[in-house]
Amino acid sequence: MKRDPGFYDHLPWPRRPVIRWPGGARVAFWVAPNIEFYELNPPRNPSRAPWARPAPDVLNYSYRDYGNRAGFWRMFESMQRCGMRGSVSLNVAMCQHHPEIIRECAAAGWEFYSHGTYNTRYLMNMTEAQERAVIQDSIDTIRDHTGQRLDGWLAPALTYTERTLDLVAEMGLSYVCDLFHDDQPGPVKVRQGTLASIPYSLEMNDTIVYNVNLVSPRRYGDILKRQFDRLYAEGEHSGTVMCIPLHPYLIGLPYRLAAFEEALSYITSHEGVWLATGREIAQHFNTHHHAAFAAAAEPIGDAP
Amino acid sequence: MSSLPADYLEYPLRRHGMDHDRYDWTQLHQRRGVAWPGGARIALWITVALEWFPLDMKGQPFKPPGAMQTAYPDLRHYTLRDYGNRVGIYRVMQALQRHGIRASAAVNAAVAARYPSLLRDVREAGWEVIAKGLDMDHLHHGALPVEEERALIARTLEILRPAAGGAVRGWLSPAKSESHATPDLVAEAGLDYLCDWVNDDMPYAMRTVTGALGNTPAHYQQAPGHGSPAGVQPGRGLVAMPHPIDLDDHTILVQNHHTEDDFRNALTDQFDLLYREATPADGRIMAIALHPWVIGQPYRIGALEEALAHIMRHRGVWAATGAEIVDAWKAQQA
Repeated sequence: MKRDPGFYDHLPWPRRPVIRWPGGARVAFWVAPNIEFYELNPPRNPSRAPWARPAPDVLNYSYRDYGNRAGFWRMFESMQRCGMRGSVSLNVAMCQHHPEIIRECAAAGWEFYSHGTYNTRYLMNMTEAQERAVIQDSIDTIRDHTGQRLDGWLAPALTYTERTLDLVAEMGLSYVCDLFHDDQPGPVKVRQGTLASIPYSLEMNDTIVYNVNLVSPRRYGDILKRQFDRLYAEGEHSGTVMCIPLHPYLIGLPYRLAAFEEALSYITSHEGVWLATGREIAQHFNTHHHAAFAAAAEPIGDAP
Repeated sequence: MSSLPADYLEYPLRRHGMDHDRYDWTQLHQRRGVAWPGGARIALWITVALEWFPLDMKGQPFKPPGAMQTAYPDLRHYTLRDYGNRVGIYRVMQALQRHGIRASAAVNAAVAARYPSLLRDVREAGWEVIAKGLDMDHLHHGALPVEEERALIARTLEILRPAAGGAVRGWLSPAKSESHATPDLVAEAGLDYLCDWVNDDMPYAMRTVTGALGNTPAHYQQAPGHGSPAGVQPGRGLVAMPHPIDLDDHTILVQNHHTEDDFRNALTDQFDLLYREATPADGRIMAIALHPWVIGQPYRIGALEEALAHIMRHRGVWAATGAEIVDAWKAQQA
């Protein structure tokens, strides 16, 4: 086991090359709906039980299934009203289970990136061949059902092996959302390929906010605005990234929608905000800033 | 059915004061007052934790606050903690520098080894460095053999002393967890003050011993008149500093799920009461414990900025490091 994942060098906030976003924007803002499929009876991974209760965990299964049956459409329309495209963090088996949702997102010009096959198939304990098969499945399924090239990755249920990010880069992807160490993109050190870490904030993620931090919907709206205000202010000097990661089974509940939409409308109505997708942010960073950031980073010393 | 031994109802330490000899029993309101430099009523003491949580942490004998949670490799918690060392700390530094406040950075030795430029920034800001153990996976605890703990403290200081750009005088154990011998070993290593105990608003004197310490509490927890175990002599002593667990961003924002405004209000309410309670002849300490991976998030940093603006608007606030407060306090002890 490693003590340090070794994916990035040290790059202190005040000593970095300046990031310039397209159009002189201060903040690259993106919204990442996690469109997920959880299996009722998945095979067991020794490192993690899929459900909190013994099978069948009807409560937890149906709690998530709500997102695809009801919550998605509400979230989708909210984003449409604010002119905000989504970057879908997709369990790619959704393409077989619920293609209606995939077609709707594709027609609205949304990006699809991979969140694994199912949110109940974890990467821990996979062989390299199995892990490559998962990534290839994502590449193929997204291409076949949406025509899009797969560029981004967020590991299913945030589960990993030590080699996950290396494989993702080697198989041609250009960004990951799996590192939470920064408010700007950064280079990821991988064996092969060019990979960027794009900020995907857990602090702004509705799952963490609602189910870990246990906040109320209006408070979530307040948190989103405060986060934006600070990143907008700091973005005057050098471009920042703000992400809102969502789950239709949480944000799509009727009593939560208004506060979210108000915050989304607040953010998207500011001047100097680049309403982007994950792919667009990664392309811009990799083209213009990746090399300079890598050069500016300091090596991390050995821990005692 | 198990049964209790006969001595379960014996109380050898039932006496006036404490059930140990580590420190004396005194009450805050009955002590002789301490006058801070310049006639200040409040000594403002901010500690900022610079921590490293290894990806492979074992969490023994318990998981410290902030530990890894999910199956290995838990990139989620590893990177969210590391956020503090590369991004969050600089928001905290800026918030303090605006008022000319110097903090005491409580640093894991691993942070100094891994991020030398961060320690350079700490030194250039004029902050004090206090030792926070080796890293967040090396806890001090009751089952740790004394020789291992002595070596752990020595290794920690060997790394931190050169990185501090001056003497390291304070100690804060990771997760505030100690063995029976931690204060003795910390004093023996030449440090002056300890930040683990949360039982006062003001500094107080702590007794220590040195020598062939055993693994039992016997060297300080003993009935009056029993004397010290063989090979143990009185140590140089320590000052216990009132480093809080409740006025702490992790406790309030993460553990208690209170809002940023609640955190700001906790700081300003604490300050307002201490400010009323204090006089130039009987000063108080306003201590705030911060973790850059918590308070340094964009949506949270404003709460600290607002609280500091409130505090620093008042006359008679002495923003000081822990060592400066200890020195001022010591100079007035008879």
